[in-house]
Amino acid sequence: MVTTAAPVPNSAPAGGWRGLVADWSGDRQAFAVPWGKAMMWIFLISDTFVFGSFLTGYMTVRIATTEPWPNASEVFALTIGGQTLPLILIAIMTFVLITSSGTMAMAVNCAYRRDRVRCAALLAATALLGASFVAMQAFEWSKLIAEGVRPWGNPMGAAQFGASFFMITGFHGLHVSVGVIYLLSIAARVLAGCYEARGEDGGKYGNVEIAGLYWHFVDLVWVFIFALFYLW
Amino acid sequence: MSDRDLHTEPHSFWTKYVWSQDHKVIAIQYSLTAIAIGLVALVLSNLMRLQLGFPGAFDFIDPGRYYQYVTMHGMIMVVYLLTALFLGGFGNYLIPLMVGARDMVFPFLNMLSYWMYLLAVLVLVASFFVPGGPTGAGWTLYPPQAILPGTPGTEWGIVLMLVSLVIFIVAATMGGLNYVTTVLQARTRGMTLLRMPLSVWGIFVASILALFAFPALFVSGVMMLCDKLLGTSFFMPAIVSMGQPLAHGGGSPVLFQHLFWFFGHPEVYIVALPAFGIISDLISTHARKNIFGYRMMVWAIVAIGGLSFVVWAHHMYVSGMNPYFGYFFATTTLIIAVPTAIKVYNWTLTLWRGDIHLRVPMLFAIGFISTFVIGGLTGLFLGNVSVDIPLSDTYFVVAHFHMVMGVSPILAIFGGLYHWYPKITGRLLDERLGKLHFWVTFLGTYAIYMPMHYLGFLGMPRRYYAYEGYEFIPASAQDLNAFITVAALVVGVTQLVFLFNLAWSVRHGRPAGANPWGATTLEWQTPHTPPRHGNWGATMPEVHRWAYDYSVPGAARDFIPQNVPQEAGAGGEGPVWGGQV
Repeated sequence: MVTTAAPVPNSAPAGGWRGLVADWSGDRQAFAVPWGKAMMWIFLISDTFVFGSFLTGYMTVRIATTEPWPNASEVFALTIGGQTLPLILIAIMTFVLITSSGTMAMAVNCAYRRDRVRCAALLAATALLGASFVAMQAFEWSKLIAEGVRPWGNPMGAAQFGASFFMITGFHGLHVSVGVIYLLSIAARVLAGCYEARGEDGGKYGNVEIAGLYWHFVDLVWVFIFALFYLW
Repeated sequence: MSDRDLHTEPHSFWTKYVWSQDHKVIAIQYSLTAIAIGLVALVLSNLMRLQLGFPGAFDFIDPGRYYQYVTMHGMIMVVYLLTALFLGGFGNYLIPLMVGARDMVFPFLNMLSYWMYLLAVLVLVASFFVPGGPTGAGWTLYPPQAILPGTPGTEWGIVLMLVSLVIFIVAATMGGLNYVTTVLQARTRGMTLLRMPLSVWGIFVASILALFAFPALFVSGVMMLCDKLLGTSFFMPAIVSMGQPLAHGGGSPVLFQHLFWFFGHPEVYIVALPAFGIISDLISTHARKNIFGYRMMVWAIVAIGGLSFVVWAHHMYVSGMNPYFGYFFATTTLIIAVPTAIKVYNWTLTLWRGDIHLRVPMLFAIGFISTFVIGGLTGLFLGNVSVDIPLSDTYFVVAHFHMVMGVSPILAIFGGLYHWYPKITGRLLDERLGKLHFWVTFLGTYAIYMPMHYLGFLGMPRRYYAYEGYEFIPASAQDLNAFITVAALVVGVTQLVFLFNLAWSVRHGRPAGANPWGATTLEWQTPHTPPRHGNWGATMPEVHRWAYDYSVPGAARDFIPQNVPQEAGAGGEGPVWGGQV
């Protein structure tokens, strides 16, 4: 059903405000990106509102509650070799997740260079780092549960501490878990060469970048959770 | 990229009509489901009116049932009928046809969106059949009462309601991503953003609002589910119930109200903006005149959309929030009247000295302006803190929001259905039945809601099951209530005429032809009516002008479709500018 083969009029946009105006007042498309990428961006803005609401809700109940708030650096401390290290597990988890963003970026680079094997390997590495993040979170949950922290109460102070902790880290962990599955399926498709022939400009390797957008977003959200829940 | 065939043409019954990825079929699925659940809400409202008009005459309506009717009526109308019908129904049908695309950009996601919506509706309906019945917490579901014993449906009803809302939000997100991306990225050649019909603009901005507002409802739903099922205390303060302190404590009920209304106020405009757009197109088409101030109309839609995110706490003047907030939110609320008034003036000026054809869609459009102005003006009263406080728990508020976001969007939906039905089925709805339907509905609306304004001033509180024995309410108020009930029943029954018309005209309506109204927009220029798979046959349409070239001086006919080249007639870009780059 392809009829018109004329080039997309705004494929080489001007820069700055002029380019912005040209993009928005042009026909056919407002952004010179594939549909999937535009949709992922819009979804991520929407998801920002989800996490924004979660974090705002957490901060509000933290201010509202009359009980003292437990000290995060004590609650999340680990004793390793006789030494108590505050927030050590969280630090490792954060390091792992940020590292996974690095491998993700390398995977996108390899995808655009059509280095399929290396791209798939880096995607798998990213997924592995993500999975280990979830595993460490599961360890953290079970440690806290063993210490008596429940959604409805805990021995250290305000009940909202446990409630917010399980809800926010649970929802973020769910995002990471979905991301791991997403990345593995993309890796399989890269390896199978699904993105080779089809599409207009250089195959469909943009799909790797779209997955990368999601993954970087999940990392970025973690930074905010880290700052607002663990460091505050 | 908009000429790409997005999915192969289906041939079996199941892939064509059930698991369909075609935006036109999905639109019809969405609309029929929404109308079906909307009928439930209509019956519930008439049951409520029976109790209020003739208290005690129907002894199956006990206080608990009454509150369940109130709650389910409100939630169904706002979310499952209006939102779903405007975005899922009109949005799905009109966006690809009006911007000149073969389908939505992600047809499979679009199909999923409908099935998730249907699941949400089924979960909601299931709550009528569980022990304890549906929730009776009021459509705002305010905690703590929503999940504590004493409110009907705290066993299962509230859980199913929240689960259903969460599923609905997933569905609305999948749909909304499609609508926004399609409008931004899949327009046909020549279709710049500032050449789009206002219907698309309204639905487009409403979809953006939905994507940014529903997350707050999603989060508050998840948190309340935790409070109900896990015993957390996000929204639950320390409470003594029957002399016993509850296990909850330390939470913030006002937090729920903030989250709820951060969704709830944009929701008003999620419903209103598509109505604005549809009304603009109806008025322009049936008055044979270009819309007055097209660019101003677009900017007004965008401005209202933006402002709708900073007015939410005007629903909370009596909630006990910081009184200084009222100052800010009253100011923003009154500012939103400016772009809204621009729209009303522009509709009126479009009608002025137009070649007005009082066909059924036009009647509904003019009716919309009338009810919307009444509802909008009372909104100015209620936006002011000092006026709102004495009126806020009275029937004045009931009358206000029913006029502005109940009746008005419904009239827009009716107008839209009468207008686009010929494109969907190839046949016109019956004109005489349509006029009967319009006049009874329109006049009935005033018969129902005008007296409610007065009852509100008398101080009649809303949300009450019965009004006997209150000295400040004169006995004559009961007569007015009985009158309102009779009017509501008449309007309710009249909707059967519409349903009959809808069903009967599919086969027996007058054949419409491709463009019965002489409209300029692309959906009327399709090679087939109803449009087939892929919408445009072999060649994509090319757009050469804005959507409102009606009665152009010197042109052969009183309209020039958007896909007619500029040389073939004057007109083209409207009075000022059309965004040629």
